[in-house]
Amino acid sequence: MYDVIIIGAGIVGCSTAYWLSQYEMSIAVLETHNDVANGTTKANTGCMHAGYDPQPGSLMAKYNVEGSAMGKQLCEKLAVPYENCGSLVVAHTKEDMKTIEELYQRGKQNGVKELYLLDEKQTRELQPRLSGNVKGSLYAKTGAIVDPWQFAIALAEVAVENGVALKLNNEVKAITKKEGIFTITTNKDKYQCRYIINAAGVYSDVVHEMIGEKEFTIIPVRGQYFLLDKNEGEKVQLMLFQSPSQKGKGVAVCPTVHGNMIVGPDAETVESEDLATTAEALKYIKEQSKLTMDCINYRDNIRNFAGIRARSDRGDFIIEESKSVKNFYNLAGIASPGLTAGCAIGYHVIDWLNTKENFVKKQNYQETRRKIRFKELSFAEKNELIAKNPAYGRIVCRCEHVTEGEILDCFSSPIPPQSIDAVKRRTNAGMGRCQSGFCGERVAMILKEKLNIEFNEILLDKEGSKILMNKAKEGDY
Amino acid sequence: MYDLIVIGAGPAGLSAALTACEKGLKKILVIERDKEMGGILNQCIHNGFGLHLFKEELTGPEFAGRFIEKIKETDVEIMLDTMVMDLDENKNVYILNTRGYQKIAAKAIILAMGCRERTRGAIATPGDRGSGVYTAGAAQRYMNMNGYSVGSKVVILGSGDIGLIMARRMTLEGAKVLACVEINSYSSGLRRNIKQCLEDFDIPLYYSHTITDIKCTNNRVSKVIISRVDEKYNVIEGSEIEIPCDTVLLSIGLIPENELSKAAGIIIDERTKGPVVFENMETSVEGIFCCGNVVQVHDLADNVALEAKKAALAACKYVSEESSFERIIEVKANKPISYTVPQKIHLPIEEKLIDVSFRTNRVLGNCVIKVADSGGNVISRYKREYVIPGELEKIKVPVSLIRNEQNNITIFIEED
Repeated sequence: MYDVIIIGAGIVGCSTAYWLSQYEMSIAVLETHNDVANGTTKANTGCMHAGYDPQPGSLMAKYNVEGSAMGKQLCEKLAVPYENCGSLVVAHTKEDMKTIEELYQRGKQNGVKELYLLDEKQTRELQPRLSGNVKGSLYAKTGAIVDPWQFAIALAEVAVENGVALKLNNEVKAITKKEGIFTITTNKDKYQCRYIINAAGVYSDVVHEMIGEKEFTIIPVRGQYFLLDKNEGEKVQLMLFQSPSQKGKGVAVCPTVHGNMIVGPDAETVESEDLATTAEALKYIKEQSKLTMDCINYRDNIRNFAGIRARSDRGDFIIEESKSVKNFYNLAGIASPGLTAGCAIGYHVIDWLNTKENFVKKQNYQETRRKIRFKELSFAEKNELIAKNPAYGRIVCRCEHVTEGEILDCFSSPIPPQSIDAVKRRTNAGMGRCQSGFCGERVAMILKEKLNIEFNEILLDKEGSKILMNKAKEGDY
Repeated sequence: MYDLIVIGAGPAGLSAALTACEKGLKKILVIERDKEMGGILNQCIHNGFGLHLFKEELTGPEFAGRFIEKIKETDVEIMLDTMVMDLDENKNVYILNTRGYQKIAAKAIILAMGCRERTRGAIATPGDRGSGVYTAGAAQRYMNMNGYSVGSKVVILGSGDIGLIMARRMTLEGAKVLACVEINSYSSGLRRNIKQCLEDFDIPLYYSHTITDIKCTNNRVSKVIISRVDEKYNVIEGSEIEIPCDTVLLSIGLIPENELSKAAGIIIDERTKGPVVFENMETSVEGIFCCGNVVQVHDLADNVALEAKKAALAACKYVSEESSFERIIEVKANKPISYTVPQKIHLPIEEKLIDVSFRTNRVLGNCVIKVADSGGNVISRYKREYVIPGELEKIKVPVSLIRNEQNNITIFIEED
């Protein structure tokens, strides 16, 4: 029996777990997948938006601006890659200029600091490579980029260290309530609690309706991306957005904290959680990106992917207690700017819980996380580390220069990886230009040994994603 | 200070180090990131290696073994399990291994880092993203080094040599290879591999086709859609063929691995993705030489080893003598020749012949390769029955014919 169960371990669920774990209460997190951050959180632009975009007065505006302000310090505490690179909305026409002026005013109203309207020259000083015919731009100095999955993993890891029970591979199937106690049935087990926090992302309406009435609908919106080599990453200094128009929001061209360039997303309403990329959408994104930067070399693309944004039918975040189920709190419809807002949304869940009863802060709790990133260390620090543990002297991922020591570290972390991609999200191994062509096999063999599993149980990512099928005829090598 | 540091202990690096040692160079270091020497040859357990160099047919590990045995008898220092993290134009090499992170330096450097495989991202193949999609070389490593097969019903995209070799290997291991799909109207692999790896096993090869969608069930590949393309690679609607399978192997090209070369400020040829080189395999940075697949993708390890010898001889010369050349001329390529190696020539030089290798971007029948001087006069001719993109073409240009050239020579082809 838990005080609180959080359903879903994306950025919102992990952030909620992180903040609540500082209080005297027992908490469990139920997650369908075999890792945290394996849904929307892992497939987005990685932007911490400044907050000029949402309508004033909306929950989106409130949590975006607050999350943006929290981001830097929080990421520092959690050793999450974060870079305050700033963002531009580039205007190419007179109408665009009007639009960015509106965005500027909206940003002011939302309380966004350090917003500036720039002319062409000022714009090009910040971002030399831009397609022709730039009229001006809206510069948001507080815009930042972040490693989205590291963000969620770090929050979850600290939460687990503070006593939160993380139940992976637990898909919620049914919820009942009797005498104030919820019983949640998953594909694995039954869990009981007094409060439910619904952070089930694309499935938050489904989860709510397992016990409540229809109060909102989630509309899955797919967005596809190109992720380009670091050669291309050098071309983009800050996040570049197109001026929104009647034709749509356009696509973004952004740097990533890893030094790559990311281009996308489009927006397409889909029936279910369909994560396929399509030739049409990729073509559209390619074409559309030329408006921002016509010198992107798509031959240097290293990966395409799609993410699903959980847009609600209310057009805003839904952050409220269910009207039909008492003690059931919905954190739903957290579409863009959800990554930015996520940390602030989680921060305020305690406010609601404390209207119900009085939870007090723990005497001792963990707030920070340490993580060794070998390539960021100085010459002397590197040698010190290798002297202590020679595994830091062995490179596994050639492209990203990830050491065996860093990979072994994550198996002794609070949430050990269960798949090759889980190692990638924790260490960057396999993120580079060869896309794990070289290191995939090394990581697979480490997983096999560390998890003590058979070769045909090694997973690429989600359940079912086996990478090896049979033994070769000659048997064991 | 080393006389020579060789980066990479594959066929290029080993051959280069051995040659330098035989030429009397003293302090030679070979750095290899793997736990053993041999490079990619260790996973190439098929035969066909050594026909030119040793006049016998060897497997990849046997071919590598010839060099490894020899080098072990020399004073050449081998550093295994060691990664070169950085390189600069002053020939400082930053290395990492279990003994630490350190900076070492050499009078000359030979780059022999090989190449990597192009991935799904490079061609942006759409579809689901479950498991079951591998580059052919990665699948080959699982099979031949670890002893595991990646799948049982296989479609191969691209007709590069590794893909062809894996078609045969997977078939011999009991998998069903359903199709090899090639976007061009010709193969990018060796003719002998098309015969021995596909035709002999009745594996259909679809020219002018590509994979247009990959579908997964339960997060593993469950089928692919292949479609016909026109000459401009546009997908022809209505030509889709659905092939249920659990595995896709990609054999869509190799890219020379030149991150270190770029770090050292070496000029890269956008066509080859390798360093711009002189006739002696020297790069744009004096004293840094290169050979093998880091320069251009070769078809045969034998040719890699030969190219490495050339680089080693030049490196030895660089360490011991002042250079004596007076000028540099360019080697230009006219279409359908995609590029040439070398791209530049020092003059005057002692050698009598200069090897020029290149690939074409289409198949040519009976034809003549011609070399013209900067005045447009054809100075030499080479007849060929065919020239195909899948096979590296070579000519030997007599130095006597270009002795007085001041600017450039141009290589072109005329069909009969």
